Amino acid sequence: MDKLIVSPSPHDENYVKTSTIMLNVIIALIPALAAGCYFFGLRAFLLAAVCIVSCVVFEYACRRLMKRDNTIGDLSAVVTGLILAMNLPVTLPLWMAVIGSFVAIVIVKQLFGGIGQNFANPAITARIVLMVSFPSAMTNWVLPLWYKDSTDAVTGATPLVLEGLNGTTEHTLVPSYMDLFLGNVGGCLGETCALALLIGGLYLAARKIISLAAPVSFIGSLFLLTWITGGDPVYHILAGGVFLGAFFMATDYATTPISIKGKIVFGIGCGVITFVIRRFGSYPEGVSFSILLMNVLTPYIEQLTRTKVFGAKEAEKNEG
Amino acid sequence: MKKLNGIRLKHRKNTENCATVDLAVPAKVRLPMSMHMGAPCQPLVKVGDQVKVGQKVGDCESAFSAPIHSGVSGKVTAITDYQTAMGSICKCIEIETDGSQTVSEEVKPPVISDKESFIKAVRESGACGLGGAGFPTHVKLAPKTPIDTLIINAAECEPYITADYREMIECPEDVIAGINLVKSTLGIKNAKLAIEANKPEAIKNFTEMAANDPTIDIVTLPSAYPQGAEKVIIYNAAGRIVKEGQLPSDEGVIVLNVSTAAFLYRYTQTGMPLVTRRLTVDGNAVNEPKNVRAVIGTSFREVLEFCKTDIEAVRKLIGGGPMMGMSIPDLDMPVVKTSNALLAIRKYDERKTTSCIRCGRCVNVCPLGLMPAEIDKAYKIRNIQELQELKVNLCMNCGSCTYVCPANRKLAETNQLAKALLPRK
Repeated sequence: MDKLIVSPSPHDENYVKTSTIMLNVIIALIPALAAGCYFFGLRAFLLAAVCIVSCVVFEYACRRLMKRDNTIGDLSAVVTGLILAMNLPVTLPLWMAVIGSFVAIVIVKQLFGGIGQNFANPAITARIVLMVSFPSAMTNWVLPLWYKDSTDAVTGATPLVLEGLNGTTEHTLVPSYMDLFLGNVGGCLGETCALALLIGGLYLAARKIISLAAPVSFIGSLFLLTWITGGDPVYHILAGGVFLGAFFMATDYATTPISIKGKIVFGIGCGVITFVIRRFGSYPEGVSFSILLMNVLTPYIEQLTRTKVFGAKEAEKNEG
Repeated sequence: MKKLNGIRLKHRKNTENCATVDLAVPAKVRLPMSMHMGAPCQPLVKVGDQVKVGQKVGDCESAFSAPIHSGVSGKVTAITDYQTAMGSICKCIEIETDGSQTVSEEVKPPVISDKESFIKAVRESGACGLGGAGFPTHVKLAPKTPIDTLIINAAECEPYITADYREMIECPEDVIAGINLVKSTLGIKNAKLAIEANKPEAIKNFTEMAANDPTIDIVTLPSAYPQGAEKVIIYNAAGRIVKEGQLPSDEGVIVLNVSTAAFLYRYTQTGMPLVTRRLTVDGNAVNEPKNVRAVIGTSFREVLEFCKTDIEAVRKLIGGGPMMGMSIPDLDMPVVKTSNALLAIRKYDERKTTSCIRCGRCVNVCPLGLMPAEIDKAYKIRNIQELQELKVNLCMNCGSCTYVCPANRKLAETNQLAKALLPRK
């Protein structure tokens, strides 16, 4: 008989692994990816594949070079690649997508210590780097294949650009709520179909992978602010990357607060910044910037929103 | 009222319908002098002495201790040094049984006239918390503050264990009599028998039995681990919060394990001290899971053999439940007063510990609202002030955080290590 194993309690676990969580996120993104392929053609799939493969390769190479454990098995690089692809226009040259993957995995994630240690969302940062570096390629929007009975993808503006140009949503060029909800509008690969993103987000919430605190407060505060200032709230929450950002990036574990209170503060912050950028900024869209800014604030939010410990005495003041 | 966090575990109460079977008196018993919380006892016998059933063989001057009695008649063959599963060193008396099981003259029902004589009798019985913690019962029953509520802990919230449940099914009258005994001698107005919702039969029985007694209240606890934790059961059964640094008695409450209450009643009737106990034997290496009544001091190996265990295949032996039980390093260690279960586990693959992904599951399950992920971080850099602010001192090691961690981080263990860093007050 071998020696008995002696280890501290507990002696049981619930078998949910990091890779289980990541796999669920991948599943939740499939509807949005499918919608992207449906509206923008198979190049959407190619772009996603390039992002995923390059992210995994960068992760593997980086860990190898740093002589650390191989972590591609936890699937987090796949999730990063997929979310990055969702944030890119379908026409983007593939080599630019690879640069995006490099920024996301090598610079934002691995240089800060790998999974769980990055201070900013890798996909969002990569999107912003690409947007600043290649502004025209990153705003080369195509309209969906079936738009206005056209058989070829044609270049067109996103709903938020249209609103900016026209100054009002009542113009005829502006898509209907239904088109916005289904994703039959111009925009990034995975951000246009609010319905698919909603299905994915609710799936994650039902599997208890994410809390709805941040998405609801994000979308809710943007809705309220737009409404109060006389804008079209429904249009504003459906257009652009709000649903993608709220459900898949404002819920990122590593870069958002842990406590529910913190998540609500985070969501409201995102909503306010998005509103301010859209309304007063020179960019038509502010979701990425808002999430990045709130990522940076996360450690401070975390400090201020700790959970209340059951039965704890108030911390003694003026120690040291 | 705010709901405390808890986790749903697989109950695995495979033995809930297994009536208790008596294990034969072994050829040899080993009695470690430390089976309870508090000071270890000193042997009262010498090598070569004859002992009888119920005879006191170990005691100690300290008030915070409980005496130890022999459960067999026979001859003391050795007194050795012994390391307990907790790691502390104490003396251990080895007795070779003679098979006659002659009962000692010391065993006679105690005379109880008032509170003092009752507390004294409880100490003499050797009683300590049978739920697994082993807190000396006589200390618990003599608080400095007035008590108005007695909570009987019948949550048995850990998977596998059904020892307390069998007590409630097999000896319900003893349980009720034990509650009344403690209540009346200590002058406590109300008692609450708190049972977790996964034991509907016990709840039904006791509700019927206590229907005419307004002072005994049967409370159904939600089925969310850890209901049996003292602070949790006090909050859920009586709505009171035991604050940091307080004892339950400061809130007017005493919590007593259900089997301990029943034992106290039987002791007052027979005078037979705590020399046997019921334990659940289960785990995937055990072919015939059972509830067994064993003489304290019987080796675990004999208990496992009795339950047809694949001894060769056992890789881990747990004394207690899978969440809070202790790993037992040696099959030949004896059954002690706190052994409420013995789980024999086959070979398994330990998952690798990976980086924290900050998913927050540990924070969401902690019944006390601690933030284990943050404590883990603060411990890594030995930030003692941060650890104090995070209140790691309140962690009761229920193990929920480690249980849910997807990165398999040993958070509960880290909490205990972090506690050791805190300056002692």
